[in-house]
Amino acid sequence: MTTFEAILLTIVTASTPLLIAAMGELVAERSGVLNLGVEGMMAMGAACSFAAAVTFDSTLLGVFTGILAGALMASLFALVVLGFAANQVGSGLALTIFGLGLSGLIGAPFVGARRDPVAPIEVPGLSDLPYFGRLFFGQDLFVYASIALTIVVALYLVRTRSGLRLRSVGENHGSAHALGLPVRRIRFLAIIFGGACAGLAGAYLALVYTRFWSPGMIAGRGWIALALVVFAAWRPAWVLVGAYIFGAATVLQLHAQAAQFGVPSQLLSAVPYLATILALLLLSLRHGRAIGAPGSLGAPFVPDR
Amino acid sequence: MKPDVSSSGPPLVELRGISKRYGDLLANDGIDLAIEPGEIHALLGENGAGKSTLVKILYGVIEPSAGEILWEGRPVSIASPVEARALGLGMVFQHFSLFDELTVAENIAVALSEEWSLSSVRGRLGEISRTYGLALDADRAVWTLSAGERQRIEIVRCLLQNPRLLILDEPTSVLTPQEAERLFETLDKLAADGCAILYISHKLEEVRRLCRRATILRAGRVVATIDPRERSAKEIAALMVGAEVGEIRADAPHRADGELLNVSHLSMPPAGLHGQALTDIDLVAHAGEVVGIAGVAGNGQSELFAALSGERTAGRADAVVIAGQACGNMGIDARRRLGAAFVPEERLGHAAAPTHRLSENTLISHAAAEVSRSGFILLNAARRLAQSIVRGFDVRTPENDPPARKLSGGNLQKFVIGREIIRRPRLLVVDQPTWGVDAGAARLIRQALVDLAREGSAVVVISQDLDELFEIADRMAVIHQGRMSPLKPTAQWTKEAVGLEMMGVAQAQGGAHAV
Repeated sequence: MTTFEAILLTIVTASTPLLIAAMGELVAERSGVLNLGVEGMMAMGAACSFAAAVTFDSTLLGVFTGILAGALMASLFALVVLGFAANQVGSGLALTIFGLGLSGLIGAPFVGARRDPVAPIEVPGLSDLPYFGRLFFGQDLFVYASIALTIVVALYLVRTRSGLRLRSVGENHGSAHALGLPVRRIRFLAIIFGGACAGLAGAYLALVYTRFWSPGMIAGRGWIALALVVFAAWRPAWVLVGAYIFGAATVLQLHAQAAQFGVPSQLLSAVPYLATILALLLLSLRHGRAIGAPGSLGAPFVPDR
Repeated sequence: MKPDVSSSGPPLVELRGISKRYGDLLANDGIDLAIEPGEIHALLGENGAGKSTLVKILYGVIEPSAGEILWEGRPVSIASPVEARALGLGMVFQHFSLFDELTVAENIAVALSEEWSLSSVRGRLGEISRTYGLALDADRAVWTLSAGERQRIEIVRCLLQNPRLLILDEPTSVLTPQEAERLFETLDKLAADGCAILYISHKLEEVRRLCRRATILRAGRVVATIDPRERSAKEIAALMVGAEVGEIRADAPHRADGELLNVSHLSMPPAGLHGQALTDIDLVAHAGEVVGIAGVAGNGQSELFAALSGERTAGRADAVVIAGQACGNMGIDARRRLGAAFVPEERLGHAAAPTHRLSENTLISHAAAEVSRSGFILLNAARRLAQSIVRGFDVRTPENDPPARKLSGGNLQKFVIGREIIRRPRLLVVDQPTWGVDAGAARLIRQALVDLAREGSAVVVISQDLDELFEIADRMAVIHQGRMSPLKPTAQWTKEAVGLEMMGVAQAQGGAHAV
């Protein structure tokens, strides 16, 4: 494997968890709910998946536990913001703090444990092609799943009746209620989906990316996922682009730091953030009239009955 | 209250003793109402009489506190709009229940049941559009459409479900006179096909044009059920208001020489995503006159107000001249110091801070010497000022010096306008002065505006209410898509001519203005 190939592969690994988490948050936000708890839900996904995977020695079981943990955290958030119409910003921040703390507790017995690498799915023949063979035909299941997820979410939002309803609820929940759409049920499902995705992203980090658990291992990726959704103007395809730009910049700046160009490392660490903002900004400028945030994003919904 | 329309079976829908209580307020109090198949039935009443509450109950959006609903003689409970639609009810909302970012077809599909695919919606949309003359382009995004077109979406959305009863809540409040006439033709055709229509309005002329029966609500109760064609407009108005409504007194305008506002070649890019650009606007207001600016909502009224008040500044100083001083690049406070005063459209949140007391709200526009000194608020002076506004403009308050949000819409509007008038401004610019305000308060506000002008100030009124402008304006212009028609004496305008300008027809004909 050449260095070039290795760099490409690490870019994919760095981008995948961002893409999965951001796609989940995108669906929640298109339904009008701003969930700032992504970081906490990812941490819980990582801790629970790692604990389950080590205990039962099963990656698959670990993944499902991670998804379930994220979804459970999200249902707690849904109860507070939908059931009690609480402030979404405050509730989301609380969820992050809660998730970071609880994941530390759950993960504590497993600090120091290690998992074996997850075997990639290799297509015979194709994955041996030079340079790009491994990139396209030799990834693990998560990577293919994240790409499939993007396509499914994009088609769901634009092409299906259910997706249309979800967008309507996010655009104007008052009108949606007046038309008889079940605003809170739709939002509940969207929040759960977001949580499940965050849990999956956390599981990926713990089982594939690092293959160990340590508190603080999410390292702000939840916040990056949130920012990606905003800068991508709530469009799935742009989230994909943004996640990979961020992943690429992260990996390249690490190599740049190793090569010691004489640029302060702190500055290089900031490059991925700047690059992502710049790229998505250019993307939205080129498109002319960018879509704004969903009209009801962040507004608590209290049906008037 | 037996219906006098001859019919053998039970009424299509009958409401019995419907009540709705919100805390201390009884929004609906034992309302009885019956609607026959194929009938256009009017529900008349002032703002706040309980019309909207009643139809929301009928459509399953809110739950009644007491009473029952009979559909074709059978008692039914309508727990949600979905159940209402299943029964055969359709509703066209006053404030449209549309989604700006979605296309016309998507907006229609989202309200329909599962068996409708997006392509079948397109097919039927074309059919219905042709039958009832409701032209619509399926792929346009709603935010690009006019109010009339938006309303057509709502109507088509209802018609696709073959309703037995169509409810329209103040359908003409956003339409030009011509668009309204087209709507009436559609409704006549629908009624002839057997669809019953419940028509909610506070405009007597339309009700007399359309309906044979009208139920009049006042303060949540039914006060009468009448044939509107047999009563005079004055009689019906008295029933609605509960007292005679006086007319506005106005001496002939004595236009002084003083030119207090001169806007010339004012152009501005749109402020927001869906904002309207202003193009080459000219406007002059003299001392002693009321200048009215008509137009359908969203044609640049808010932008014009922001440009006049200084909330957005123009590039050139001489684009806006107030009392002889070029101030296009000055902010709102600098313009106030020139003797101008401004009342924006939105009273709660823009003209007044909802949680602040009335005395604190005086500071918003009286920041100069009277109520503050070296940065400190003179609380007593502010309270006295608030008191004199409350007394002078008949503001009914639930307590002494309450927070602004505790006032009803009409009372808060009286306070906000009073707050500006009490400063004796030389120029007053008001956006939608009586929007959503009851008749009594509206009359008081209009009288105050006219009086201010007669005392030598210039008053600019931006309004969607044509009747209001014809009543108080000395000269009028129409704004359409950010362009202003010529400013002419009100006597030279007819409603038809204003309607044409509101639709942009007159401008499209190369400035050939129909009079």
